[in-house]
This record gives sequence, structure tokens and C-alpha cells, in this order.
Amino acid sequence: MSASQGDWTLAPAAPPRAASAGALEDPAWVRLGLIAGALGFLGLFLVLPLATVFSEALSKGVGVYLAAIADPMALAAMRLTLLVAAISVPANAAFGVAAAWAIAKFEFRGKALLVTAIDLPFAVSPVVSGLIFVLLFGAQGLLGPFLREHDLKIIFAVPGIVLATMFITFPFVARELIPLMQEQGTEEEEAAASLGASGWQTFRRVTLPNISLGLLYGIVLLNARAMGEFGAVSVVSGHIRGVTNTLPLHVEILYNEYQGAAAFAVASLLAMLALVTLVLKRILEWRMGRSASAA
Amino acid sequence: MPIETRRRSVLPGFGTTLGFTLAYLSLLVLIPLAGLFLKSASMTAGEFLAAVGSPRALAAYRLSFGAAFAAAAANAVFGLLVAWVLVRYRFAGRGLVDALVDLPFALPTAVAGITLTTLLAKNGLVGRVLEPLGISVAYTPLGVAVALTFIGLPFVVRTVQPVLEDLEAEIEEAAASLGAGRWLTFRRVLFPTLWPALVTGFALAFARGVGEYGSVVFISGNMPGRTEIAPLLIVTKLEQYDYAGATAIAAALLVISFALLLGINALQRFGSRRLVGAGDAA
Repeated sequence: MSASQGDWTLAPAAPPRAASAGALEDPAWVRLGLIAGALGFLGLFLVLPLATVFSEALSKGVGVYLAAIADPMALAAMRLTLLVAAISVPANAAFGVAAAWAIAKFEFRGKALLVTAIDLPFAVSPVVSGLIFVLLFGAQGLLGPFLREHDLKIIFAVPGIVLATMFITFPFVARELIPLMQEQGTEEEEAAASLGASGWQTFRRVTLPNISLGLLYGIVLLNARAMGEFGAVSVVSGHIRGVTNTLPLHVEILYNEYQGAAAFAVASLLAMLALVTLVLKRILEWRMGRSASAA
Repeated sequence: MPIETRRRSVLPGFGTTLGFTLAYLSLLVLIPLAGLFLKSASMTAGEFLAAVGSPRALAAYRLSFGAAFAAAAANAVFGLLVAWVLVRYRFAGRGLVDALVDLPFALPTAVAGITLTTLLAKNGLVGRVLEPLGISVAYTPLGVAVALTFIGLPFVVRTVQPVLEDLEAEIEEAAASLGAGRWLTFRRVLFPTLWPALVTGFALAFARGVGEYGSVVFISGNMPGRTEIAPLLIVTKLEQYDYAGATAIAAALLVISFALLLGINALQRFGSRRLVGAGDAA
């Protein structure tokens, strides 16, 4: 839009450009063909699956849909998913803020290495993310004998699910905040500090308002992944119904038992979570774009 | 410069935040990952190689890497198309389409897995159309590639899109005023600027695809040697209490993933340097 509009406004002032304006615009048939191609691809790969989740969920009627969602096992899975998110989201958000503060506001050796290390979990297969905790805390694991002695259970129990989820979602907030805080520099915090504000006051009154949108953005993505993670959680969960089944695992069990409509009913909850995530993400992007251009 | 360093140290909290960061990173990520390599090191070289190089494992890598490569290639083509259309053209519902591109990031992989399987199974909405043409998708390697295409879709779009947006109109105008047609301008002027982002997006989609599990297990059919992906082989070995075998394959997968991560980081640095260089020249 900006390119072609800029050209339109320029055209009267500089006549020779009028000829090149046509050369910047693709011919209509190219434009329509490319738009049709892109929309066709996205329709087939995104819209059709999304619509299928809801149509399959309601394929046996509203009664089956509601029964699947109100099922005690589904409710237990919901509770566990919420619990896992309630632990891993604040923990990783706190980590992200601390890491971004240290990395963005100070110079130290090995910083590039630290930033790469924070990205590591994104490069690890979800299954491997689960496996490493089985190797540590499982019955055959390094700490297995110790845990058995003290009657502690991590693998095939809730703590393992929380740990695997925390590992998987580890980089989200840090990744969002590090570039943002680096861009914002340190002047405002230095001014606050020179006026006698304590570290905590500086953070709460100066830094936090500046990063709040970016922080929220990271949290929205982190939460979506924490609630939706499947591979890592499936390895450490043990699939004990009503105890260690999260919502995605519950979907898997129902699907494998040929309860398609029920599986899709529970899946539709997760799809709605995804849609809410996309809406929040878009609103935050829009507001960040606004504040960036205003600044 | 010395003043700058002194001023930086005015801010408090360096020790606390860096200490917390390092402790959290070590406990949650580094030590558990080190445990994996420790476990592999406890195997003899013969055991390790037997587990990593068994025919079943080799077939699983072939499928995982092959399908991820095919999916990333498809995404490079369609992702570039989608990014181009979103940046260059105005049409009704563009904002909605733009937001929807991130769906694969937001939709839990298990949901994607059962949905694609239902659509592409013989009696599914899409499978019904393809089956008479002799194309089976569900429970074949092609199904794996389709699932990975869905999962990797946002990567290329989201890496190419910002580069396209930042492109100066002047260079295209210059090309046009020198008599280049649109296609020549795209090939010789735009594409050379876009390719680092395109390759980065491709690599990100590829890396994600190699490790992907949730969306694939439902559609792949999981036949050993034919439609069994490497992450599934790890899970199978774990379920058979073959911890050493699972660990060896995981270690192999991990080393390759880290190499990919380093390569992607280098590419991104290369890409941003190129952009900075172009900005300096302009």
C-alpha cells in the first residue's frame, strides 16, 4: 500500500515516474492469480482443518458435545491443564524478565552464548524434552533411587508434567523481552536511579510500564504452548486417567478409543483457546505497533 | 565510552538477575540436557552405534528428515507466495488472513493431528476426493509431510514478511526505469534481497519438522520402517523400557538439532548484516 500510494502522490509532480508506476504494479491477472493461490493454500491448510474441528465436535449433536466436555475425566484434565499453566506461566515469565534485565541492561562476557542457551529448548524435539526428565527422575533414572527412598514421584505424576512443560515453554518471554529491552536502552532507568529510586521502584515504575505489552505478548504465547503441549507431556505423564491426563492427552485417548465426536469436542476447547490466543496476539501487536510509531 | 560503562553500572540488580537466570537455566535446561549425554556416554561405542545405526532407526531418520525437508520446501514456495500477497496486495479479509497464519503456532499439535487425519482418511472430506485418484495421504509418508507442512506454515511467512515490508520502493522503481519487467525485477532485484529470510524460514520449519511429534503420530500410521518418525521411535523404545536405545537416538537427534540452531543463528546474523549493509549503501 505504502509503495503504490507513494507512487500515486509522486506521479503528478514527476511525470516520467508515471511510466514506472505501471511497472511497480503487477498486472491484474497476476495479482488475482497470486491472491487466489495464497488463499487457496491457506483455505485448504488452515480454514478447512479449523472448521473440521468444530463440525466433527458437533457431528453427533449438542448433547454428545456437552456430555464429552462435562465428563469427569475431561474436567479433571481441564483442571490439570490449568494447574500446569498456572505454575509454568508465572515461573517462566519471571525468568524471562530477570534474564532480559541482565542481558539488556548490562554488558558482560559470554552474553551471546547465554542468549543462544536460552533458545535451546526450541531446538529440542518435544519427545526428547520429556525423555531428559525421565532419565533424571524416572525409576531407572539418576535420581530414581533417591526419589523412591523418599517416596517422591515426579515421572508419571504431576511434577513431571509441570517440569516438561516449563522446559518446552522456557524461552517464550525472554525471547520477546530481550530485543525489546535492548532497544529501549538504559537512560530512563538511569534517570530514575539517579533520582534515588531503589532497584525495585525503578523496575516497577519505569521498566515494567515500558515492557508491559511485550511481556503480555510473551505470556500469551507461553500460555498457549503450556496448555497445548503434547509430545513432552505424553512422555512423562503415564496417561493415568483423571490424574495425569492433560487436555491434549485426553483428546488422544478419546480419539484412540474411536470416540471421535468426544475427542473433537474436547479438541474444540483447545481450538477456541488457539483462536483467543490469535486475537490477543493481534491486539497486542496492533497496540505495540501504535505505541512504536507514536514514540 | 568509559563514562558509558560507569553509567551502566548505576543500575542495580545485575548480580541478582544474572544469578537467577543462570541458576534457572542450569537447573531446568542445561543439567537435564547434560544428563542425556551422560547417559549416552555410559554406553559402549558398540552399543551406541548399534542403537543409532539400526535399520529401523535409519529408516526413521530418513522419514523424519525427508518429510521435514519436503514440508519446508513446500512452505518456502507457499510461504513466499502468502507473504507476498499479504504485503503487496489489498483485498477484503486481509487482516483476518494475516492473523490466521499463526494458527499452527497456537493450535495444540494433537488437535492438528486428529483433524488432518480425519480430513485425509479414506472416508474423510479430502481423502474421499484424493483416493479415487490413487493418492493415499493418511497413514503414508505423504501424510507425515502434510502434517509437517501445516506445522511449519507460519515460519517462512513470518520471516519473509518483515523483509518484504521494509523493502524500499526505489530499487524496484530503478529496475523498472531501466526497462526491467516485473518478473525480471523480482528475479534479479527482489529475490536476492529476500533469500536469506527465505532460507532462515525454511531452516526453522525444517528444524521444527524434524522433532515434531503430536501432529504426526495420528496421521502417520506408525509402521516401523515405513511410517515411523524418529521421535516416535524414541517413545516406542521408552515404552519397552529400552532407555539406552531411546537415549542414543535422542542424542543423535539433539546433536543435529543443535547444529541446525547454530546454522540458523548464523544465517540470521548474515541476513541482518546484509540488511544493514543495504541500508548503509542507501
